[in-house]
Amino acid sequence: MQDILSISQELSRGLFVTISILIASSLFAYFMGFVSGLLRLSKHTIIRKLTGLYIELFRGTSLIVQLFWLYYAIPMLFGINLGSNWIIGVIAIGLNYGAYLSEVVRGSVEAVDEGQTEAAIALNLSSFQKMRYIILPQAVRMMLPEFGNYTIQMLKGTALVSLISLNDILYYGNILRSSNLSQAPLIYLVILIFYFVLALPLIFLTRKAEEVSKKGVAN
Amino acid sequence: MTKPIVEYKDVHKSFGDVEVLKGIDLDIFPAEKIAVIGPSGSGKTTIIRMLMTLEEPTDGDIIVDGKNLWKMNKNGKMVEADEKHLREIRGDIGMVFQHFNLFPHMTILENCMTSPIHVKGEKKKEVKQRSIDMLERVGLGDKINNYPSQLSGGQKQRVAMARALVMRPKIMLFDEVTSALDPELVGEVLEVIRDIAKNDDMAMVLVTHEMDFALDVADKVLFLDDGVIAEQGSASDVIEHSENPRVQEFLSRFRG
Repeated sequence: MQDILSISQELSRGLFVTISILIASSLFAYFMGFVSGLLRLSKHTIIRKLTGLYIELFRGTSLIVQLFWLYYAIPMLFGINLGSNWIIGVIAIGLNYGAYLSEVVRGSVEAVDEGQTEAAIALNLSSFQKMRYIILPQAVRMMLPEFGNYTIQMLKGTALVSLISLNDILYYGNILRSSNLSQAPLIYLVILIFYFVLALPLIFLTRKAEEVSKKGVAN
Repeated sequence: MTKPIVEYKDVHKSFGDVEVLKGIDLDIFPAEKIAVIGPSGSGKTTIIRMLMTLEEPTDGDIIVDGKNLWKMNKNGKMVEADEKHLREIRGDIGMVFQHFNLFPHMTILENCMTSPIHVKGEKKKEVKQRSIDMLERVGLGDKINNYPSQLSGGQKQRVAMARALVMRPKIMLFDEVTSALDPELVGEVLEVIRDIAKNDDMAMVLVTHEMDFALDVADKVLFLDDGVIAEQGSASDVIEHSENPRVQEFLSRFRG
């Protein structure tokens, strides 16, 4: 018991990094998801193709390799400094999950009944007004559960930033283990519990989101 | 002689290789009530959908109030209309759909208020009052804060009519508005249309399978068959006294 407490105390030093990266990268991913999801529906072929390239590139390669690219390869190749480890972690996770979310955004917008578009035209709304007042409010309700799921995945994805020497929960766990090998099982158990407890509110919110999305869309 | 508010000039429409409309010529006069009847697949709905700018004609012109709907003059050349051009013209046109197409995330009052506020930039207070009046007129004054999912099909369709009327169109299009309704709900919807037809001076085009209703309300009936207007005239001429065998065959299916 004493061990669990001291392990927890050590791990909690990484809480701030894990949580702050989760919040920043999910906000960035939501933003990327919306922008690229809507660009994917653009009338212009070039815009659609370029956005598709981003999406497939980031969905089709592994997050950890993307992280290493941003952290090691790009600064060497182009001499660009992308900022602190924290910022690189946020960019990598945000771009990666943004690619997945963009498909959620696109799918939800396309799932709104065609009749809604026709009614909007019959009421003489502009394309923008149609999107803003009619399509998106309905599409967002449909997106909510998937956004919740991906946010939970992002929480777990943040553990990768320990590999670019950011001091998150897993980082402190690994340090602890290396100085105390016999405690490894217990340390990793407590780490699991940490992530699970962090995920609980997200799981709860996702359930709520499912309820919301069930209401108010059926015609 | 009054000028027509809408003119179709040799309008064709194809979907892929299938030509649905094979040259439609039609004048719609202000305040005129026109019923369009005919077998399914004859292109009835397509005629009004092109006027609502939901389908673009393959060939021919549709003139609304003297302006070409689908073409515009750009540096002396006639080019395909852009959204701005379409919006300028279709503001005078309203439409009610077979499947209502109410906005499910808004109350029925909000359904009515959205367009006048955002499209016409009218004052919220005034639009609200007008919407409530209109919803009362269609018999739904006690439901203004309900959501569409809480209404019956007939009530939804009456909301859809109020929503279109609040925009004060000069031309109202009705696309088989009773076809998706349970039989016992058809009457209440027809009653509202009858009321509009008698008391409002806008032009109306009704695509319908309700022959008795067409006979009662329409000044003119078009019988559409295989992409052309096969017969037209007063309601009684077409529905009661037509000698066209296609018309008789079609109508016999309704008389049973």
